[in-house]
Amino acid sequence: MGSAVYCEQSMNASLPAPFVAWFARRGWMPRAHQIAVLDAASRNQDVLLIAPTGGGKTLAGFLPSLVELGRQPADGLHTLYVSPLKALATDIARNLTAPVEEMGLAIAIETRTGDTPADRRARQRERPPQILLTTPESLALLLSRRDAGSFFAGLRRIVIDEAHALAGTKRGDQLALCLARLSQLAPAARRIGLSATVADPDLLRRYVGLDTPARLIEAEPGAAPRIGLMLPQERVPWSGRMGLAGASAILDRIGQAGMTIVFVNTRAQAELLFQAIWRINEATLPIALHHGSLDINQRRRVEAAMARGGGTKDGLRAVIATSSLDLGIDWGGIDQVIQVGAPKGVSRLLQRVGRANHRMDESSAALLVPANRFEVLECEAAIQGVAAGELDGDPPVPGGLDVLAQHLLLMAASGPFGVEAMYDEVRLAQPYAELSRRDYDDVLGFVEDGGYALAAYDRYRKLFRDAEGLVHIRGERVARQARMNAGTIVEAPVLKVRLGGPRGLVLGEIEESFANHLREGDAFMFAGRKLRFLRLREVNVEVSDGASGDPLVPTWAGSKNPLTSGLAARVRRMLHDPEARLLYPEPVQEWLRLQLEHSVLPGPDDLLVEIFPRHGRMFLIAYCFEGRLAHQTLGMLLTRRLARAGAQPLGFVASDYAIAIWCAEAPPADIGGLFAQEMLGDDLEAWMAESSMLRRTFRNVAVVAGLIERQHPGANASRRQVTVNTDLVYDVLRRHQPDHVLLRATRQEAAGGLTDIGRLGDLLARIVGRVRVMRLDRVSPLAVPVMLDIGREHVRDEDAEDSLLAETEALIAEATGAAEPSTEEMRIAPGHAQELRRLTRQPGVRQGGRRPRPYRGEGGGRSPAGSAARAPGRPGDRP
Amino acid sequence: MNAAPLHVAGERLMLDPAGVLFWPAAKLLVVADLHLEKGSAAAGRGALVPPWDTRITLDRLLLRIQHWRPEIVVALGDSFHDRRAALRLTLSDGERVRRLGSLARLVWVLGNHDPTPPEGLPGESAQEFALGPLRFRHQAVDGLPARQAELCGHHHPKARIATRGGAISRPCFVADSRRIILPAFGAYTGGLDVTSPPIARLFPRGGRAFLLGAERLFSFALNGVPSSPPRSRTGARLNC
Repeated sequence: MGSAVYCEQSMNASLPAPFVAWFARRGWMPRAHQIAVLDAASRNQDVLLIAPTGGGKTLAGFLPSLVELGRQPADGLHTLYVSPLKALATDIARNLTAPVEEMGLAIAIETRTGDTPADRRARQRERPPQILLTTPESLALLLSRRDAGSFFAGLRRIVIDEAHALAGTKRGDQLALCLARLSQLAPAARRIGLSATVADPDLLRRYVGLDTPARLIEAEPGAAPRIGLMLPQERVPWSGRMGLAGASAILDRIGQAGMTIVFVNTRAQAELLFQAIWRINEATLPIALHHGSLDINQRRRVEAAMARGGGTKDGLRAVIATSSLDLGIDWGGIDQVIQVGAPKGVSRLLQRVGRANHRMDESSAALLVPANRFEVLECEAAIQGVAAGELDGDPPVPGGLDVLAQHLLLMAASGPFGVEAMYDEVRLAQPYAELSRRDYDDVLGFVEDGGYALAAYDRYRKLFRDAEGLVHIRGERVARQARMNAGTIVEAPVLKVRLGGPRGLVLGEIEESFANHLREGDAFMFAGRKLRFLRLREVNVEVSDGASGDPLVPTWAGSKNPLTSGLAARVRRMLHDPEARLLYPEPVQEWLRLQLEHSVLPGPDDLLVEIFPRHGRMFLIAYCFEGRLAHQTLGMLLTRRLARAGAQPLGFVASDYAIAIWCAEAPPADIGGLFAQEMLGDDLEAWMAESSMLRRTFRNVAVVAGLIERQHPGANASRRQVTVNTDLVYDVLRRHQPDHVLLRATRQEAAGGLTDIGRLGDLLARIVGRVRVMRLDRVSPLAVPVMLDIGREHVRDEDAEDSLLAETEALIAEATGAAEPSTEEMRIAPGHAQELRRLTRQPGVRQGGRRPRPYRGEGGGRSPAGSAARAPGRPGDRP
Repeated sequence: MNAAPLHVAGERLMLDPAGVLFWPAAKLLVVADLHLEKGSAAAGRGALVPPWDTRITLDRLLLRIQHWRPEIVVALGDSFHDRRAALRLTLSDGERVRRLGSLARLVWVLGNHDPTPPEGLPGESAQEFALGPLRFRHQAVDGLPARQAELCGHHHPKARIATRGGAISRPCFVADSRRIILPAFGAYTGGLDVTSPPIARLFPRGGRAFLLGAERLFSFALNGVPSSPPRSRTGARLNC
């Protein structure tokens, strides 16, 4: 029996006539998974639907709601849809309205996000639509209202879109807590989670289903993607991560396809590649730039031009994008995806490749362009990983205690709750299922009065308990303040980039720390333009077009994903397998053959450490393949140990694949002992506590938990007096109450993601007794790439601030005024700009004549009136 | 900890890396911007930051007093974060202030945060304090009379220095031959960059920033001509 027959039978059983007719009019057949979702819904089950892009996933999620509302039209909120992207909610509203109108259903569909105007919010409160589309942040705010109980009482269905992208993040934690709350306010409401393919569906089933795992419905997998490797024409670079050498090959491929997304790994890389391609874009193919720091209007214009397609008049042929296009609307007409630089993980690569899916039964086409030799290894491993269906699964991390603190305050704002009942409720949320009573009590204590020993703030408490033990919020002012500070995404302080004066066109945002480095006249690249820095005024960076000189490239914090452990293991396995090595392109094979002549190749389960002298220093290279974050942590720890062993380490550099440490003296004989597992004990504690990384984490935790406010009701300009610097708070808290719940939350978050301590622990356990030391007389071929990173990357030892200051002071004194403090080192990524110039200077290309003008989505260069100045959305609604 | 001598108006002053200044000839210790009870002020607005800032600030100051053994301690204003801060002191922090008063003559120069004398605490209050050629004020004054030099606070100066390992920002003293601005001493006091106009305009002919370190100060020249900086890609506008 074919599945089509099954569909038809079930369809007759569960799809009402107007729906059958609608599908038929479109020439569509309901897919098996859409019918299965309907079936589960009729049995009152929660559902996790896993389907590839283009599989009619969203419609499947809404079918039960449409059928129920079609059968029994009723006023009041029936279905809540939650998406990680504001834009997605808006788009779904549009796409859903069409079938609803065509079927003649009387269903009101509305969005509610940070952009929704106040009058519409008020109206939604009076007369809620049947289907409300929102984001986790807006849902949390709805739940914090005093009338949340009556507003949600009639709710029947909750659709959670892109569940895989939310689970495991702070926004996902917040949503999980909101789902737990909704399970109390509207016990009849059933949940449908929509997800791309994931490594561990069981985790998501529990995320969606709360106490009972949701029923798993898997759509037929889409056709396998076709992924190929594309090398820059002339040579495979030894190092670098920007992949600019591939610019002309990439442009050729763009010319051969209708519509291409070129994915890169960082916003800086996007800016550089965009410039590199436009320098040689003689045919002036319309190619645009898209990343999360660009002005929201500009991004929407680019998306609209993508939707029009490559063949149309104003359509685009390619977009250079970061993860800002990983998720979101299905544009349909994308013919190919090109990933420039390391894919970093199989799941991430699949997600990106899936953007080129027209229909789930057509295979999508993708090309990988490695930026250096190690990335060739990684790309080949990723292609194999995709073929083997080996997805990356992050181990489940417990829900953030800072998110819980925010949630408890918001819930108190909606009405009093019982301490015990709330403990039971929050543990329904999958990330908090294992929440200890101590953590819960401490978080609640923190929200009440700060939770400081001796309860010094009794008179400032935010919560109080009545005689029956119910927890109340102290007043409407505290509630209002809590709502103003809701949200779990904390961004680094950013400044708006404005072209011209204070009212000029907003191009986007750069981080304040980068802006602080700029001087008048400095050139920097942003939004695909070479800009001249004029001045910093209040929250604006004022710039003009037409800069001269070497441009700087803004860097943004936290934009680097590390190589996943699954992919790293595959790289090691393939590297060790002589047959697999034959897959590599010839220059890479030759490189590995040379390595075998000089030294050895890393094995699948051992750790290769090479030691050799160079320019009077001793170098130690460890090929760990555990990703940059784990390597940076390991580098700090190894440096401390080498210092104790008298090797006088001078510095280190970490890539995704290896660490290089250089010392004035020879490293100790016992290299295995250097990597002993105790490293993760006291040294780690000591380093972490002092590290600026932990301070940054604390800042985020403090903001999310509500210790430091983002917004203050009626706050005026004198913010400096209102806010207390979180670094100072951190120092005070660490000294006086080291086990305070916010410090515990900080350490938990840091260990989980920012330092990859889990991976480091696994590595150290795996290599006990398997450290293979090669003492060489000179640098090995495999070591060259990481050696070339030296000087390009610098890692600051957090202990060393005073010695750096002393060194700088001495340098200046020595130079007696002739030199400025270490100019060379302080350039922002000088290598990038140089690389760009070198690689894109093409002989034969006309210089000085007409330059192709980059696409800016402004309708042929004319800036449409009124397109300027609109405040970007709430931080939470941004990819 | 190594203090650095600095000569101003013919007097030898010691800059202490802890962020205080000692004048040996007068046995006088100067400290600026204690901002006591800033934590509880924040708590009153709903930001429940840890409450021990006053205790930490006073304990650190007591240590410096035990080290230098001054006869006079001059606090250069904004000693209390707001008008009611002195009333919010805990019993034990009140004791700490009284202990200060028993060790030295206390002079509370008044600041914009604490324009009125603290109630019920030892010490005298003044808009301004003068001794020899030195004037002790909260805010620097324009047109400093000849043959005078001033010590002041208010701006919470800090400086950013570009180093091989990235930019490092620290609280600092800022000084030229006639004026010293002290760093803020309070546990919760942030800072204002020395290149920002309110500080920079006080040093039109340049000066030096002395950054606080664990054991010593780090000295850097202020760029005296901020209107035409030399081409440089260093983060800070500080150079030699």
